[in-house]
Amino acid sequence: MSAPNSRYNFVLPAIVADLGRENPFAGAHMEATRYSYAAALLELGELNPDVVVLDADVSKSMRTSDFARRFPERSFNFGIAEQNMMAAAAGMATTHLIPFASTYAVFASLRALDQIRNSIHYPRLNVKIAASHSGLTPGPDGVTHHGQEDLSILRAIANSTIVAPADSITAKQAVFAAAAWDGPVYLSFTRDPIPTLYGPDFPFRIGKAVVVREGSDATIIALRDLVAHALVAAERLAHEGLDVRVVDCHTLKPLDVPCVLQAARETGAIVTAEDNVIFGGLGSAVAEVLVENEPIPMQRIGVRDIFTESGPYLALLEKYGLSARHIVDATRQVIVRKRQR
Amino acid sequence: MLGGWTVLPEPVIITQSMLAFEPPLSIEQLELAARQIRQDIIFMIHTAGAGHPGGSLSAADIVTALYFRVMRVDPRNPQWPDRDRFILSKGHACPVWYAALAERGFFDRSHLATLRRLDSILQGHADMRKTPGVDMTVGSLGQGFSVGIGMALSGKLRHKDYHVYVIIGDGESQEGAIWEAAMAGAKWGLDNLTVILDNNGIQNDTFTRDVMPVEPLAEKWRAFRWNVIEIDGHNMQEIVLALESVKSIKDRPTIIIAGTVKGKGVSFMENVPAWHGTAPDNEQAAIALAEIARGLR
Repeated sequence: MSAPNSRYNFVLPAIVADLGRENPFAGAHMEATRYSYAAALLELGELNPDVVVLDADVSKSMRTSDFARRFPERSFNFGIAEQNMMAAAAGMATTHLIPFASTYAVFASLRALDQIRNSIHYPRLNVKIAASHSGLTPGPDGVTHHGQEDLSILRAIANSTIVAPADSITAKQAVFAAAAWDGPVYLSFTRDPIPTLYGPDFPFRIGKAVVVREGSDATIIALRDLVAHALVAAERLAHEGLDVRVVDCHTLKPLDVPCVLQAARETGAIVTAEDNVIFGGLGSAVAEVLVENEPIPMQRIGVRDIFTESGPYLALLEKYGLSARHIVDATRQVIVRKRQR
Repeated sequence: MLGGWTVLPEPVIITQSMLAFEPPLSIEQLELAARQIRQDIIFMIHTAGAGHPGGSLSAADIVTALYFRVMRVDPRNPQWPDRDRFILSKGHACPVWYAALAERGFFDRSHLATLRRLDSILQGHADMRKTPGVDMTVGSLGQGFSVGIGMALSGKLRHKDYHVYVIIGDGESQEGAIWEAAMAGAKWGLDNLTVILDNNGIQNDTFTRDVMPVEPLAEKWRAFRWNVIEIDGHNMQEIVLALESVKSIKDRPTIIIAGTVKGKGVSFMENVPAWHGTAPDNEQAAIALAEIARGLR
């Protein structure tokens, strides 16, 4: 058997070294990806004069106010009026500007959904929707601010592209990739800091999932903030002698079907992990591919059919079944099911 | 071939007249053009067997003035970056838009017979990816206005001198997003944006005043810090004067509140809520076309 570190691709060695510890990310650089988004916009603004940023009164929270200070003529604060902001972004895109419309996930995906469907995705206009406060990451704010359905909702819309990066490095890469992508892109960012997992060599490409840990007994396919927890789970399982692959599926749509099928064929068991409702998101997307092509044992980690509550982000993951511990349990179960076949 | 025409008495049809004129048209020519547009609307909706004649007819004079006098567009180059923009935010009235685009030469008139059919370039609500000259996909009320805000902001940012025209409805004014956009237009002083309110007083269910009153509209828009012009939306002279006057207004957007009659030009459709979304049958279409040709007074 090879040394444990050789199982990992692109994950920072310091992160790998700490994955098995009691507090695995104690030494990690932590960054809320909403701030990575804002930082990327500053660079993008210098490079591309067509990039404009639209806000809905959360520009301080998302630090898009930095862009507003640097490029005041290309920054537009629409106030607490997300519907107007989204449709105005569509209008800007008809003139070949590249608007980044910034708000929280709940408001982007629900308050302005009609505009997102009819004025952005139906005419396939080049609008980038930047959604912060995804999943349970705005924990203490409570359910009204938890973006727990946005990935599922956006996936149902034709012409949609959905990217949910797992750390600060890939969040920045995603912003640049979105600007270069022809068509609408929904970008999902966290309110709370999450560990920076990767070095700058991460081969980020929209639609291309990345195997960040090799393994043969099962595969955990995760996105956004749960990729870190999936890595922790895989390391714990390694101590039990289980060799588990981890895939960072940062692009929910278009799903990297070849990567999913390869994992299914080579490992025979799959667990999906998403900080999102279990209906219609990553788990559903993977299940749809498996059931039609490669039916194998599979389990889903995600928010069940429930509204959660206020509380610290990590405590919510723990209470509602989304932590590394739960991913470990699900993976053990799915491997048992695989071996019973 | 053009099934809808075959039931009609020959002399009442004003065919092909518009292409004989080169814009900008005179007031008299515009009045004739508006009749042609109205006939096209009846023909299209009758042929399709479905559609929204009332709100198409009420906007016909305004749309005619825009496309044949006021707007700087090039039918041979619909994507010309410096063109004036038009958005029919009340998208269900798109037959009036299609008729104007066809008569203006953006596409062949033969397409008018395909409205709402499979494989047609003319969707039930307008689709910018299918129809040459359609500047924005519309249909869900309250959105086209906001899109116009975005186009106008872009024009300002890039120092373009194109103008953005948006038609909204009085029923549409019940949408909250209309007032979000109203605030935004004033905030950014969008003098390159003109909204025309086709105030025909009727919406899908019945009279607007009975469903959810929107008046007093002029006071509302003045309170939102817009330049407000009130006109008779069927008086071509007033329409043209109002549209040509907005160019001299600086630092704020204009709304032209146009008093209109739903179903204008067809006696049995005028001010009757049932004609919001009903197609005329053969006999009704024949009468309507004859009345339009004669010109109701």
